[in-house]
Amino acid sequence: MAAGKTDEAMLRVEELSLRFGGVQAVLSLSFEVRQGEILALIGPNGAGKTCVLNCINGFYRPQKGNIYFEGQDITSFPPHKIAEQSIGRTFQNIQLYSGMSVLDNLMAGRHNHMKENILTAMIHFGWVHQEEVKHRKQVEDIIDFLEIEAERYKPVGMLPYGTRKKVDLGRALALEPKLLLLDEPMAGMNVEEKEDIARYILDIVEEREGTVLLVEHDMGVVMDIADRVIALDFGELIGEGSPAEIKANPSVIEAYLGKVE
Amino acid sequence: MQLPCGTFSTTYEFDKAIIKTRAHWIVLALAITLAFAFPTFSHPYLIHVVNFVFISIIAALGLNILSGCAGQISIGHSAFMAVGGYTSAVITYTLGASFWLALPCAIVAAGLVGLIFGLPSLRLKGFYLLLSTLAAQFIIVYIVAHLDITGGLAGIDVPYAQLGNIVFNTDKSFYYIILVVLILATFCARNLVRSKVGRAFIAVRDNDLVAEVMGVSLFRYKLLAFFIGCCYAGAAGSLWAHWHGYVCPEQFSLMMSVWLLGYIIIGGMGTTVGPFLGTILVLGLTEGLSTLVTGLGTTYPHLLDIIAPLKDLIFGIMLALFLILEPRGLAHRWYMMKSWYSLFPFSY
Ligand SMILES: Nc1ncnc2c1ncn2[C@@H]1O[C@H](COP(=O)(O)OP(=O)(O)OP(=O)(O)O)[C@@H](O)[C@H]1O
Ligand SMILES: [Mg+2]
Repeated sequence: MAAGKTDEAMLRVEELSLRFGGVQAVLSLSFEVRQGEILALIGPNGAGKTCVLNCINGFYRPQKGNIYFEGQDITSFPPHKIAEQSIGRTFQNIQLYSGMSVLDNLMAGRHNHMKENILTAMIHFGWVHQEEVKHRKQVEDIIDFLEIEAERYKPVGMLPYGTRKKVDLGRALALEPKLLLLDEPMAGMNVEEKEDIARYILDIVEEREGTVLLVEHDMGVVMDIADRVIALDFGELIGEGSPAEIKANPSVIEAYLGKVE
Repeated sequence: MQLPCGTFSTTYEFDKAIIKTRAHWIVLALAITLAFAFPTFSHPYLIHVVNFVFISIIAALGLNILSGCAGQISIGHSAFMAVGGYTSAVITYTLGASFWLALPCAIVAAGLVGLIFGLPSLRLKGFYLLLSTLAAQFIIVYIVAHLDITGGLAGIDVPYAQLGNIVFNTDKSFYYIILVVLILATFCARNLVRSKVGRAFIAVRDNDLVAEVMGVSLFRYKLLAFFIGCCYAGAAGSLWAHWHGYVCPEQFSLMMSVWLLGYIIIGGMGTTVGPFLGTILVLGLTEGLSTLVTGLGTTYPHLLDIIAPLKDLIFGIMLALFLILEPRGLAHRWYMMKSWYSLFPFSY
């Protein structure tokens, strides 16, 4: 049951500007993410891609510009309020809860969906018990989906890099995000692992009715799975269009390969 | 997850249960029965020591939730015991209400004061937060030492708990009240860590920025951790007051806060069994040694002067050894022992 791609903007970023002292990380950036699409955000190192995600997340407060999610201005929301809007996120340098098992990391991802409070949690009988089991089932679905059944009970610190990347993705999925922000989910992986992740991303959009904003360096993957691409350089938008258009865009080529004299 | 040989998780209900096999139930039932029967066969002095150990465990369970689970290190925990102790004292002595009303009031009062002193945690982390809890220690104890209603430096008498015509005025009788509170406190603490709230606490400890991105309100959960942790301190303080029959500012020293932190470090931060193991080991050793020295004191009287420094010395050495050799505390050893037992007899 694919939601189908529409032209409706789910997330709209308008004139976003962010600077750190002398560094202009993002400059007057506008773009939109449409319902049901995979939008790739590309650009050379230091282009400001992670900063854009951090602004959407509420980590960074932009000096100028606005961010609208489903028509609502979320620019000044704190991060946990943005999570409540169902915007999930993975991290470039994996950020798991190191003291927990894989299972608990994913259960922690369901925070917004669980209705326990401090008193019921302490007493724990009946209702909370069922609640925990219900959410455990949903988490098990994700564990199946990402094929990490064997690692369920392992502390995340002991896992190999590729698996930790998957857990990071799993925890974001546990939030049941309408919009998923993926910051280089395939960085540092081998070809086989990359193919797995690409397949998951496609499945997320097709079967879980997700929408994905994907930051990725591997142009091959981007060309394969993205519906649209936007390219950044020094915080500014230098190209926007279909993967084929981006590939042929002279400013993008220049940003990546340097100016041809 | 380690399960005894031949036992497998087949449902999620089973998987999340704390007690999984009949043998576990039997051990638990035996332990509780033994705990209730303990005063009937124990030496009176030992009951006195055990009361002290149990009250310390209750306070340590709270500190473990606050510092071990939620990662908000506090070095002012005994001050919140003071809040509980004095609230209980004022309610029973000054207002004449019963202990059974005073205990819950003490718990809530300590929790609320904890909320106030938890506010800096929204801005401060680690070392700086530690210093702000140190301030709590001095401010609270200073206040109770200078108010009229709390009896100033001399403190106030606290009436003993009473139920019908039973008066809980001995180590032996009050032991039962402490035991019941300890069991309830442990039950709640253990359930808390396997719930949404417990996971949110650990998330805040392990990676607060990411926790926020995953929907955990730092404001709410940091303050909640302070509230719950200090509620436990309040319960411990109230018990302490009614056990001794009086409260005075000296009882709630900075040193006591340090010891509480020591118990959970030695026991293993963030685990429910840690506060038990740490408190029992540290107090067992120090109290045992001081009993020994007191015994020798009849022949060598000058030995009696060194008991107090000797306790601190042993505590300090143990803390240092654990931080260096086993920073995950006794709980880690405990889990390793359990996994050995669960592979038994097919260990390899
Ligand atoms: N917290 C910060 N403080 C100061 N400067 C920052 C901060 N975060 C990012 N920057 C700067 O902003 C610019 C954009 O950084 P960003 O991390 O967004 O790049 P990126 O496109 O994600 O690069 P990469 O591909 O290496 O991940 C860089 O010059 C970086 O040094
Ligand atoms: Mg980046």
